[in-house]
Amino acid sequence: MKISSSVFASFCLMIEISGIALFLRGFFPAPIKSSFSSKTKLSDLPAEPLTGNNPNSSTILVPLFHRVVIVLIDALREDFVFGAKGRQYMPYTQHLVEWGSSHSFVAKARAPTVTMPRIKALTTGSIPGFIDVVMNLNSPVLLEDNLLWQAKAIGKRIIFYGDDTWIRLFPKHFMEYDGTTSFFVSDYTEVDNNVTRHLDSTLKRDDWDILILHYLGLDHIGHLSGPHSSLIGPKLLEMDDILRKIHSSLTSQETEGSLPNLLVLCGDHGMSETGSHGGSSDPEINTPLVLISSAFKRKVGMDNPGTVEQVDVLPTLALGLGLPISQNNVGCLISPVFEHTSLRDQLRFMHLNSFQLICLLKDSTPNFQKEEGYEQFHFAEKSHGNWIKLYLEGNTSEVLSNLGRKVLRQYVDALKALSSALSKQLGKYDMYSMIVGMVLVLQVLMALLLAMPEALSRGAEVEIPLTSSLLSLPFYMLWLLCCSIHVLVCTSAGSSCYLCNLSWIPALAAITTFSAMLCVLLSMAGRKLASGAKTGTKNVNGSGFSELDVLLLIGTLGNVISLGSSSFIEEEHQTWYFMINTLCLVIFQDVCCKYFRERRNSSDDDSYLASKQDLPSLLSPISEQGIGSHKWLALSTPLLTLACCRLLRSLNQTGVQWMHLPDLSHWLNRWEHKAELSLLSAASLLLIFFFVQKCCSLVSKIALALGLLGVYSYRAAVGNVLFPWQLGSRDISKGTVEARFVYIFILGILFTGSKDLLRSQVITADSRLKSRGLWEVYSGIVLLCALLFRPHNLPVLACSLLIQTTMAQYIWKELQYDAAQTTIMHYWFGQAFFYFQGNSNNIATVDISAGFVGLESYLAIPAIFLTAFSTYSGPLLWACHLVCYLSSAQDSWNPASVGHGCYCFALLRSIPTVVYIILVTALRYHLFIWSVFSPKLLYEAMHTLVTTVVCIFFTAMDQNHIGQS
Amino acid sequence: MRDLEFNIKGMVSAHAIIASSIFIATLMPHFFAEKYSVIGTHLVWLYSVSGSVAVVNITIFWLLGISPPPKKHTLSYKVSKVVRSCLHFIASCLFFHVVLVLYGATLLESALETFSLAVLLSSFTTLRCLCVLGPNVQAWIRVFSREGAMSIWDTSLQITTACTVIGTWVGAFPIPLDWDRPWQVWPISCSLGATFGFLTGLIIAPGWIYWHRKQLTYKCK
Repeated sequence: MKISSSVFASFCLMIEISGIALFLRGFFPAPIKSSFSSKTKLSDLPAEPLTGNNPNSSTILVPLFHRVVIVLIDALREDFVFGAKGRQYMPYTQHLVEWGSSHSFVAKARAPTVTMPRIKALTTGSIPGFIDVVMNLNSPVLLEDNLLWQAKAIGKRIIFYGDDTWIRLFPKHFMEYDGTTSFFVSDYTEVDNNVTRHLDSTLKRDDWDILILHYLGLDHIGHLSGPHSSLIGPKLLEMDDILRKIHSSLTSQETEGSLPNLLVLCGDHGMSETGSHGGSSDPEINTPLVLISSAFKRKVGMDNPGTVEQVDVLPTLALGLGLPISQNNVGCLISPVFEHTSLRDQLRFMHLNSFQLICLLKDSTPNFQKEEGYEQFHFAEKSHGNWIKLYLEGNTSEVLSNLGRKVLRQYVDALKALSSALSKQLGKYDMYSMIVGMVLVLQVLMALLLAMPEALSRGAEVEIPLTSSLLSLPFYMLWLLCCSIHVLVCTSAGSSCYLCNLSWIPALAAITTFSAMLCVLLSMAGRKLASGAKTGTKNVNGSGFSELDVLLLIGTLGNVISLGSSSFIEEEHQTWYFMINTLCLVIFQDVCCKYFRERRNSSDDDSYLASKQDLPSLLSPISEQGIGSHKWLALSTPLLTLACCRLLRSLNQTGVQWMHLPDLSHWLNRWEHKAELSLLSAASLLLIFFFVQKCCSLVSKIALALGLLGVYSYRAAVGNVLFPWQLGSRDISKGTVEARFVYIFILGILFTGSKDLLRSQVITADSRLKSRGLWEVYSGIVLLCALLFRPHNLPVLACSLLIQTTMAQYIWKELQYDAAQTTIMHYWFGQAFFYFQGNSNNIATVDISAGFVGLESYLAIPAIFLTAFSTYSGPLLWACHLVCYLSSAQDSWNPASVGHGCYCFALLRSIPTVVYIILVTALRYHLFIWSVFSPKLLYEAMHTLVTTVVCIFFTAMDQNHIGQS
Repeated sequence: MRDLEFNIKGMVSAHAIIASSIFIATLMPHFFAEKYSVIGTHLVWLYSVSGSVAVVNITIFWLLGISPPPKKHTLSYKVSKVVRSCLHFIASCLFFHVVLVLYGATLLESALETFSLAVLLSSFTTLRCLCVLGPNVQAWIRVFSREGAMSIWDTSLQITTACTVIGTWVGAFPIPLDWDRPWQVWPISCSLGATFGFLTGLIIAPGWIYWHRKQLTYKCK
């Protein structure tokens, strides 16, 4: 079967995507959950251990606190309370921490430090898997056993004000609630006032037991202007005031004889030096935890807060409220909080906590008896029993309390061991799925590599021996072999594999694809070997590489190799900036060579001129002066590109090490520089119009102009930029009307473009119509980018258009770079622009605000699409430009260029992805696997998906061409 | 043929002197400055190396008399040539500086370090070009375009220049790593890379020419 190389590439990418999906399914472990779907009940609680029989032992749990107020401040960093900022802006809290009856700790959050997984950690005590980040945008109902469910079950009344993530997680748990949405990041006052406005009336009432307040303002300030912004101080003062109000109200309501009240101040995650979060740097994971209650002893003077895990909050709160600990909790209680209770109660709490952990351990590990904590627990339980016996006998000597303390220590050790054993469980991978996925993508890469000479030949067609291999004996034998291996693995490994849990139809389909791929690959390799042996030494002609080829090869391979190091992944943007700079310099050298040598040899070197005449793209009768200006323009293009790249590089600092350095975008986003930002974005929009309109039809030109105007007015409505005639204050709206106005024009332009494309294919076979249609589709995409980009990023778009236009006009056509070289250059530029936009290999830099442009409320599918589009707009724009460029090249001088381009694009994406998947598998126990390697893996997978879409578009364009010829 | 071999021998000795001058320049400041180390007081090392390489290069090429024969023997012509050479040298320093900034060196913060590296690079590359070819841009373009070398000194120029530039390029790679080593500070790894590249070029050049002596046909010889 002979198929064109673009079809071949698209097929390969599609199989690769399924392989990657399988790999990801195996790689990201499902979080530990006990298999019982029911929730712990009070009656299930174990009795106090006791040697001998005594009817006096109790099973009931007595609450320690009457009312609990939890103040959760989003992105509250540890030093905002305990550090210099806290001393300055949170005087009341600081006073409580230092002198009041309180306990303060630094609670360590686990990566990913994003709100929803952190809320889950706080309420269930489990550590949510990494994949929860991706689900962060639409939080489904939390079905696991959790604190709020338990509280509601025993009739506690809960009130909640704050982030509406809670309301989506716990839809029917609250007696009263008011949610604020967290996605309009530019608002940091209203969002908190909406919470505080209920506070006074609520505090006066006495019909509630638990009050939860989740303040978002601080997080929004962090995202806007970082942790050192001048807005932080007033916000912290506001929070301090709220705490004072709550605390005084709680203490005034306490009466003699009633249980004390508890006030908990905590943060869900911290904030990095740039104000974002999501990673696992120290400022992001260290959050303060302050528990204030009159039950605690008054402290004398400040001591350094101890360190606990964030999940430890759950057992502490649950036991304090007299609730059973949630099943999936992996935290251990914070013992200082219970210091004021009797020794018997303390031991009881310890016992309950470790019993729950033992249950979870039994459920999740087959050979739990071997765990260290298991033995320690049984030892502690036994001595606990002895202690209780002595206690009940009425022994009150000092020996008893010393013994009790010893038991307490044994429990603490057991708890620690159990907790760490459970946390280790998180690092378990589904190796079978991972290996199958990995082999699948490896096969795809081999197929792509084996087909290289054919795919890049003049015909751009690849011979796939599909039917012959499907009808051959080896295929059936392989199929049977794979089936038996599957059965063998599944019966031995139990139910922990994803593939084994599939029903037999998809499993068989997967096995068939797998063995068919292997067979095709073998027969391709066999044919290659045979032909290689036949031609043998014939094709070893020393057609040397030019400097450019060497650079392109070294750069591609070097980037792939650098993926093995976590620091290179963190700073990958540096690699790409470095490589495109070098690329520009090499191009510059090429241009110099061409123009200066041409002049020198113009008399005696006719061959060059002859080759030049082959090139129909050149307008042959150019005047002498025209050649001169052309030459200087061509010479200045790489330099212009270099200058653009340098400017863009300082626009957005990205990566990890130098993220905190001030950059242009911070400068532009300060409110006092709004005028400059407006000017810059207006100029960029004008430039964009200038570069895009040249190939469009009149209708699309007008639509484009109106659309860009709409983009500006959208930004003005949102409050990012100023209208020149409206300098006064303006109401800030969501700008839905303006954004939808732009969407209409985008759809219109895309429609015109695709209409032209269809007409060119079906009716007239006119290449000019086709290229115009393509360009219109491209300009629609540019308009969408302009709408979604933040205003300070508009220069990125303008510069990319500038570079594309000048390069296409003066470099790629003039220097006769072939399709492969042009594709590699486009790919490199696409990568560099991905980072110029401010992206990095860290989840935290994804700009989710793009997903809300023109939407009234959160809609999952459009929001995900828009966010993905704006994140990958750099690579996407360059890929689309590549399609336009190669398709015009196809019509004029190189008939196979689109096929070549598509094939190269698929290959360029496959090599890093496949190597990275192998690397990640090898490094799966690396220290940074969750903080550095996993986010990059998600980025790679998403990028491959985007590339697949582009390749299918390529294929469609190529089919057009084949249909014509 | 014998002429070529003689020339190669001359080149080997010249290169050996230049290389040893780099080593001496590395060691000498020990005796004059306290607390001197290549990494700690990097700029001192950098200036000492570029100065000594410049002096040795000029002396050797002047003694060997490789530079193109002067068209006129008037003093004013010689002076103007020297002045033009200096201008070229400064221009090349500025050029390297601009390229380094384009590659991402900070614009204002460490401008002195960047410029020092540019001076080092110029003295490794441009200065030798000036000595061999004179301040003649046409000749430079000829030498650095493909198959433009007309003598073994041209070839050696090509090789050492390419090696220096590649050395600097490779030297930039460890900078973004988070190892916090003292040699990762800008511009230490780059200048060390440039020096090692230059030394490699000095060693490779005569060997390569000797190896390819059959294929090398210089048009004007």
